[in-house]
Amino acid sequence: MSIATGQTPITPAVTPVQLLDAAGRLVESPAGDELMPFVEALSDADLRQFHRDMVVTRRFDDEAGHLQRQGQLALWVPSHGQEAAQVGSARALRRQDHVFPSYREHAVGIVRGIDPIDIIRLLRGTTLGGWNPADHANFHLYTLVIGSQTIHATGYALGITLDGGYATGDLTRDEAVVTYFGDGSTSQGDVSEALVFAASFQTPEVFFLQNNHWAISVPVATQSRTPLYLRGEGFGIPSTQIDGNDVLASYAVTKRDADAARSGGGPRFIEALTYRIGAHTSSDDPSKYRTDAELQSWIARDPIARFETYLRGRGADDAFFAEIETEAADVADDVRRRTLALEIPPVGLIFDHVYSEPHPRIDEQREWLHNHEASLGGLA
Amino acid sequence: MTDMVTTRPTDVDALRYETMALGRALNAGLRQAMCDDPKVVLLGEDIGVLGGVFRVTEGLHADFGGKRVIDTPLAESGIVGSAIGLAMRGFRPVVEIQFDGFIFPGFDQITSQLAKMTNRHEGRIDMPVVIRVPYGGHIGAVEHHQESPEAYFAHTAGLRSVSPSTPHDAYWMIQEAIASRDPVMFFEPKSRYWPKGEVDLSTAGIPLHASRVVRSGTEVTLLGHGAMVSVLLQAAEIAAAEGMSVEVIDLRSISPIDYGPILESVRKTGRLVVAQEAPGSASVGSEIAATVAEKAFYSLEAPVIRVSGFDTPFPPAKLESLYLPDADRVLEAVDRALAY
Repeated sequence: MSIATGQTPITPAVTPVQLLDAAGRLVESPAGDELMPFVEALSDADLRQFHRDMVVTRRFDDEAGHLQRQGQLALWVPSHGQEAAQVGSARALRRQDHVFPSYREHAVGIVRGIDPIDIIRLLRGTTLGGWNPADHANFHLYTLVIGSQTIHATGYALGITLDGGYATGDLTRDEAVVTYFGDGSTSQGDVSEALVFAASFQTPEVFFLQNNHWAISVPVATQSRTPLYLRGEGFGIPSTQIDGNDVLASYAVTKRDADAARSGGGPRFIEALTYRIGAHTSSDDPSKYRTDAELQSWIARDPIARFETYLRGRGADDAFFAEIETEAADVADDVRRRTLALEIPPVGLIFDHVYSEPHPRIDEQREWLHNHEASLGGLA
Repeated sequence: MTDMVTTRPTDVDALRYETMALGRALNAGLRQAMCDDPKVVLLGEDIGVLGGVFRVTEGLHADFGGKRVIDTPLAESGIVGSAIGLAMRGFRPVVEIQFDGFIFPGFDQITSQLAKMTNRHEGRIDMPVVIRVPYGGHIGAVEHHQESPEAYFAHTAGLRSVSPSTPHDAYWMIQEAIASRDPVMFFEPKSRYWPKGEVDLSTAGIPLHASRVVRSGTEVTLLGHGAMVSVLLQAAEIAAAEGMSVEVIDLRSISPIDYGPILESVRKTGRLVVAQEAPGSASVGSEIAATVAEKAFYSLEAPVIRVSGFDTPFPPAKLESLYLPDADRVLEAVDRALAY
C-alpha cells in the first residue's frame, strides 16, 4: 500500500507568462503589453549574448557530465533544460545585485562571471566553496542544504533596508537580491521562513523558483497541491508564473521584479516552469521514475532551439551559430584540460579557515598532522 | 542615552565600579557595543519594545530604534539565517534565542551554515555573529526552558562558545564576543541574571577565551562554567569550614578551552572535579576529563570526576533540585577524589 499523493493541483494554474512560444514565435498576450518593452529595449547583440550564454552553459554541462562518467568528478549536477530560466533572469540583474544560488545555477554563475572550472573544483572535491563572490558580481557560493540560501538572501536584503542601499531612485545603484531555489526546496521550512521575513521586512529581493518538476524522484505534486507561485502570494508577495523555457519571459519578468524590489516595492516571487532534462545528479537514474513521453514533451519545448529559431528570424545566420558552437566547444575543451590539471589542495586547507582568528585546538591539530605526515615521509 | 556606561569615568577611581545584576550588565554591555559600532544590530523574538522575556535588551529599542533592535518573526532558523546574510552585508548581528530549548529549530543554520561559512569561503569573509542563549535550570520553568545545550556547539567546528558567571564578565564578554570575527555562542546562565555583583567598567582584566582561578586552594580543583561557578564557590566554602582547601576555576570559555590555568591547578592539587548542569555523557566535562588525563596524567592523584545533570531529559520543575548538581553533590565528588 502506498500513501496517495496529489497528482493534480487543486487550483488550476493561470496561463504562465510566455513571450516566445515553443516554436520560437513571439506571442501576443496582455502580459506581453507590459513586458515586451523590456525585450524591445534589448539590442541584437544583447539577444545574441543570451544565446551564447545558453549554448556555452549547455556545452559546459555536457562536458562536466562526461568528466564525471570518466571518474574525474565525484558528482555532477546537470543544468540541461533550465538554461532559459537561468540566463534570462541572470541577464536581467544589475552589476550591484547579489545572487544566492542553490547548486544547479551554472548559467547564472557563468553570466555573473565565475570561471566554470570553479564549479568543477567544487564537484571534484578540491574546495568546499570555489570562488570569491566579491570578485564575481556577487554570485554567492553554492548551498547544498536545500533552501538554506533563501534565508541568507533575505538577511542580506534586510541589511540593504538597514543601510539604505535601495530605493534612492537611481536604478544603476540601488541594490536587489535574487535567490534561486527549486520546487523540492519549497517544502523546506527555511524557504517559508525566508518568505515570511522578506514579506515582514519588505526586503528588496526576488525569489526565483525553478520548478523543474522533480526533486530527485519525487514529483512536484508531492511537494504542493497548489501551483507554487501561489506560495508567494500566500505570504503576501506579488508572484508570477512564467514559461521558464522562454528566455525572454524570464528576462522581462525578472527585470520588472528586480527593479520593483530595488525601488522599494518589496519582494517578488517568480515561478519558472522548466524541466530537468538530465538526472538530478550523476548518481541518479530518472528512467526509474519518469516516463519517456514526459521527457520528450519537454525536449520539444527546448529553450535553446526556440531561441535559435527566433534569432534566425531576426537575421542571425549560420555563421553566427557556428561561431557560438566553436566558442562553446573551446570552453568545454578548456574545462577538460584544466580539470585534468587540477591539483590536490594544500593540506593547510583543512585547518586554515575554520576560524578567522587564531584557535589553539586547530593550531595544535595542524601541527600534529604536519609532524605525523613528516614522520611518515609524506610532508617535508 | 544617559546611561553612565556610555561614558567611562576612568579618571575617578571610585566611579570605575558599579554594582549591577548580570542581566543589567549584559544590557549595559550591549549598549556599549552598539555605541562603539553602528554595525551592531540585535535580532530576536520580543527583544524590541518588550526588551526580551528576561529584559536583557530593555530600553535599547527606545534608544537605538527599530533598525538596530529588530523584533523578528517567530522562527529561529530564519533569525539565524538572516543574521548570516546581515553579516555578509557587513553588520555584526547579535541574535537572542529566547530559551535554550528553542535553539534547535535554528540548529541547522548554526551548525551547517554559520559555523562553516568562513571555511567554505576559504577565509574570504568573517562571520561576526553572536548567538545569545539564556540557558540552564533553577528557574522552575516548563519543558525546553531549563536546558544546557552547550556541548552540541562545542562539538561544532567554526563556532566559539563562552559563558559568563558574573556581572563583570557578562559586561565585558558580550562586548568581546561582538568584536570577534568568528561566530560566538554566548550562553547566559539565566538563574544568575538577577544576583548583583561589582563590574569594573574600565577593564575586562582577561581575554574572552581565558579560564580563571576564582578561589585558591591546594587539595582539589573544582571546575565549572555559568551558574555552576556559584555552586562550586559555595561547595568550596563548606569544604573550607571542614578543613579542606579547594581551588575553584571559572571555565568562562567552553570552546576553545583555556587549559593553561586548569593544568597548572591540577599539577598543584592533583585532583579535578568538573561540574555542569548539562548531562554528563559526551559533554564539556567529558572533554576536559579526557584532555586533563592526556596532559597531566602524572600529576593526577585521582581520576577526574564529573558532576553533572543526569542523562535524562530535564525533569519537571518540581524535581529539578534533584537533577541539578548542588554543593552536596560537588562535595561528594570532592570526598571521592580525596579518597584516592
